[in-house]
Amino acid sequence: MNERDPLTRLLGTAGNDSGCDGGMAVIAEYVELELSGRNPEDFFPGLAAHLRNCPACAEDYEGLVALVRRRHG
Amino acid sequence: MGSEPRQTAAGSLPDALDFESRAWAESLRASGAEGAAALERLHDLLLRATHSEARRRRHLYPEIGGPELDDLCRQAADDAVLAVRRKLDGYRGASRFATWAYGFAVFEVSVKLRRHRWRGGTIPTADDDAAWDRLASGGTAAQTRIESTELLRALRRAVAEELSPRQREVFVAVALNDVEIDAVAAQLQSTRGAVYKVLHDARRKLRLRLEREGHLERVETT
Repeated sequence: MNERDPLTRLLGTAGNDSGCDGGMAVIAEYVELELSGRNPEDFFPGLAAHLRNCPACAEDYEGLVALVRRRHG
Repeated sequence: MGSEPRQTAAGSLPDALDFESRAWAESLRASGAEGAAALERLHDLLLRATHSEARRRRHLYPEIGGPELDDLCRQAADDAVLAVRRKLDGYRGASRFATWAYGFAVFEVSVKLRRHRWRGGTIPTADDDAAWDRLASGGTAAQTRIESTELLRALRRAVAEELSPRQREVFVAVALNDVEIDAVAAQLQSTRGAVYKVLHDARRKLRLRLEREGHLERVETT
């Protein structure tokens, strides 16, 4: 998720982007959808776009996935 | 930037919420000894989470360790507990409580690690030749689009002509020079979310300009 081509790094992707704060509000649901085998992008496309555009939030998402996996197996 | 649709209605916690999450939400809302004990348990939970996340990222921040890292994790857990308390009324049981609370722990330790790395460092804000030259010369076969001299020139003109001073400062630091967004936020005495909004608006202006000039394909946005 952090591997981005230079144009995306500079300009991001077009389209709806939840932003960091909007993404933070739903990231727990997003992670649980992912870990339950569903596609969270279907439910939260704005956060999916944001995770492509914001390396900091993408890294936090990876961290949250790791923590929840460790806790719930 | 849009807001996501909520999955639960406002109001009480859903009947299907798991026992542990309901216990967390109710005990943290309790007053007196029950509430205090719940806060203590929450701090323990989030302190373990901040340590775990710091360990996961240790390859990114090898310079931070020992008591300094312990202190950073403790501060992150303290701030995460404050965030949970502040936002507790917004917890509607759409996810497990622990997952929801972990989100704050990860965010706080993430911000503190990034800010620690840039502490005392100089954040590049210059839109100079060196930054653009690095961009032009650092490519691989997969990066041919940005290596286009014409596109780079157009983008550099757009940065100079389309952006406000604050947008230019943020774009040059974060997008052009890869400075961590949390470090820029610290320098500007702002937040990650607010700085990202500035970056997002800057990127939209630049995209529109490049589309108008025919350097980028027009993309319908919502």
